[in-house]
Amino acid sequence: MQTHTLVVLMQDRPGVLNRAVSMFRRRGYNIASLSVGHTETPGVSRMTVVVESDNVEQVVKQLYRLVEVLKVSDVTGEPVVEREMALIKLHVPSQQRAEIVALTEVFAAKIVDVAVNTMVIEMTGGPAKVENFIDMVRPFGIKEMMRTGRIAMVRGSRGHSGVDLLDAGWQGESVTTVDTVVK
Amino acid sequence: MSENRTGAQILCESLIQNGVDTMFGIPGGAIMPFYYAMWEYRDRLRHILCRHEQGAGHAAEGFARATGRIGVCIGTSGPGVTNLVTPVADAWMDSTPLLAICGQVSSAVLGKDAFQETDITGITMPITKHNYLVKNVNDIAYVVKEAIHIATTGRMGPVLVDITKDALQASTVPDYSKKIFLPGYRPTYQGSKKQIKAALQTMLKSKKPLMMIGNGVMMAEASAEARSFAERYRLPVLTTLHGLGAFPEDHPLSLGMPGMHGWVHANRAIQEADFLINIGGRFDDRVTGKASTFAPNATIVHVDIDPSEIGKNIEVDVPIVGDAKMVLLSFLEEEPEERDVATFHAAAGEWMTHIRELQAKHQHREQYLNRPDTSSMLPHDVYAAMTKMLNERGNYRVVTDVGQHQMWAAQLLDWYRPRTHITSGGAGTMGFAVPAAMGVAVAHPNDTVWAVCGDGGFQMTNQEMTVVVQEGIKNMKIAIINNGYLGMVRQWQELFENKRYSGTPLSGPNFKLLAEAYGWTGITVETVDEIEPALAKAYATDGPVLIDFRVEREVNVFPMVPQNKSIGEMITE
Repeated sequence: MQTHTLVVLMQDRPGVLNRAVSMFRRRGYNIASLSVGHTETPGVSRMTVVVESDNVEQVVKQLYRLVEVLKVSDVTGEPVVEREMALIKLHVPSQQRAEIVALTEVFAAKIVDVAVNTMVIEMTGGPAKVENFIDMVRPFGIKEMMRTGRIAMVRGSRGHSGVDLLDAGWQGESVTTVDTVVK
Repeated sequence: MSENRTGAQILCESLIQNGVDTMFGIPGGAIMPFYYAMWEYRDRLRHILCRHEQGAGHAAEGFARATGRIGVCIGTSGPGVTNLVTPVADAWMDSTPLLAICGQVSSAVLGKDAFQETDITGITMPITKHNYLVKNVNDIAYVVKEAIHIATTGRMGPVLVDITKDALQASTVPDYSKKIFLPGYRPTYQGSKKQIKAALQTMLKSKKPLMMIGNGVMMAEASAEARSFAERYRLPVLTTLHGLGAFPEDHPLSLGMPGMHGWVHANRAIQEADFLINIGGRFDDRVTGKASTFAPNATIVHVDIDPSEIGKNIEVDVPIVGDAKMVLLSFLEEEPEERDVATFHAAAGEWMTHIRELQAKHQHREQYLNRPDTSSMLPHDVYAAMTKMLNERGNYRVVTDVGQHQMWAAQLLDWYRPRTHITSGGAGTMGFAVPAAMGVAVAHPNDTVWAVCGDGGFQMTNQEMTVVVQEGIKNMKIAIINNGYLGMVRQWQELFENKRYSGTPLSGPNFKLLAEAYGWTGITVETVDEIEPALAKAYATDGPVLIDFRVEREVNVFPMVPQNKSIGEMITE
């Protein structure tokens, strides 16, 4: 199955995340990662969802069926900045501290907490980099770990602002015809 | 309007402003304020008290499918609204414009498992086009407007509005003028001209074209346009279960219904066709059989108002997103070279001759009416007499339930006019027919409305018969095709499960006496000779009549495509 990163702009109404996730579950689409939050436009939420599907076009269309969904873009293969964050609590006896500090510097990670036998490291980066870092520190003994979902943004001036989408929303104003093209 | 109104009054006024005049429902604790207010508006809002919310929901569906207008059903919180779940799911599967209004416990106790609290918006999220939980009186007017807009535009469907009791009781100065703001909801009506031209050019190059008409043609009121298009290019026409009536079956271009219980010639034609344009159908598995084997030689054009239907079940060569009526009008505006059209007409004519030969070779409808040599009463005898009677009397609408009787009705009765054949298609909801027929009878008081059901489905919702009497509805009749089995399941058991009739033999009360207990006229028919007099009596009676046709018990619906088989592989006896 292919992995796709979808950027979804949605009206920020109660239950909208629930609707999207419920649709994924019902249609049997597998969510690898999901994160959602506010955007530059009040009233518009942005969801980045990494989905495993051989028919991503159908996933996109099903998302569009949800009344609050404004725009869905498959940014897979586009020039994008993708970020994930991980908080990792490591078991670090004092004699290994230097080694960990060196490793975090190489990966540009941050040490955000140090205690007698533990350290908490904040790692932000592309999915592969975060994965690599985790592999590197695993031998030291991970006591706790928490990873966020992926967020993505297309590089350059083109993008996914919510402002224009809201402006065209009043009933009666002219709207463009959408043609879906099936390959 | 600048006077203060309660939420319940605002709800009534909003419904009236948005074109609602009839509602089906049952009151209860949380929805009581609505009923209190309804009394003031009873000259403009007719409320029909049902006996079970499922009945109310199906009645509203029948009303909607018979008119194209929004059907409205009402239930109170908790069990009231969970009983609405089945009709809501049914409306979702068949794209029926339905508004379900639900009472909810007061916002102060919401989420605390209060008496009769159920998370109905959570429950119905996957089976509604949209739903709302309204907790503020100031939102009611707008939400009703938006809900009805969503339910009745684009691909229609059910919308549920759950309103807390305190919102119904609170007062405010209503603002009915607020414009609808739905930036994420913009249905496409106009089909792409480019795609339409491409589709037409592809069609004109084909030699074995077919046109398939589905629910979308019915919902878009596009029967006349579909007919003009078929006649302009002399296209053989298939009508799906929900397309029945959208194209007259006595038309020389009509081939009837394809699919699991469609005609052999219709299915063979699909398998041989080199071009298929499906307008407003969704390539349901009951139509396509095993999808990978469907129409293997055809270039497929799919016209649907819902983009997600295109390419979902069947790969499509030319997708056209749009409203069936608008797209057909665009097709009719096209003026291809007359020479190409003449060549196409010649090919289509030969193709039609070939299909008619197929039809003559395999069984067709007339042969089904030729009864085998048995003295017992077959379902086919009933349908033959009904066809005759319906044609003689005219102005009929038939609502069917789900099962063998439903397929026989689709096959054996005549469908000429849109919205005369109403059934539960996608969801296959047993118990649909009796309440839905009541909704149809309310919507069309001058037509004779027949509910045709099996003895199984009838026993699921027959309590609504008493509503027919209470409301003084006189134009409804029921025909029970009573074979003492859950017949369609029994048929599968016979054909595929070595006749292990597990859970299918079915007894029932004396339906004639039951009808009489409800205040209906009841008739029992046990022999062929009694059929016509019984139907004549049903028509002669000024009031609701039930006929219990006790037919031969083990009769199968043929032809049949076994599940997940190609529609080329039909069982015919």
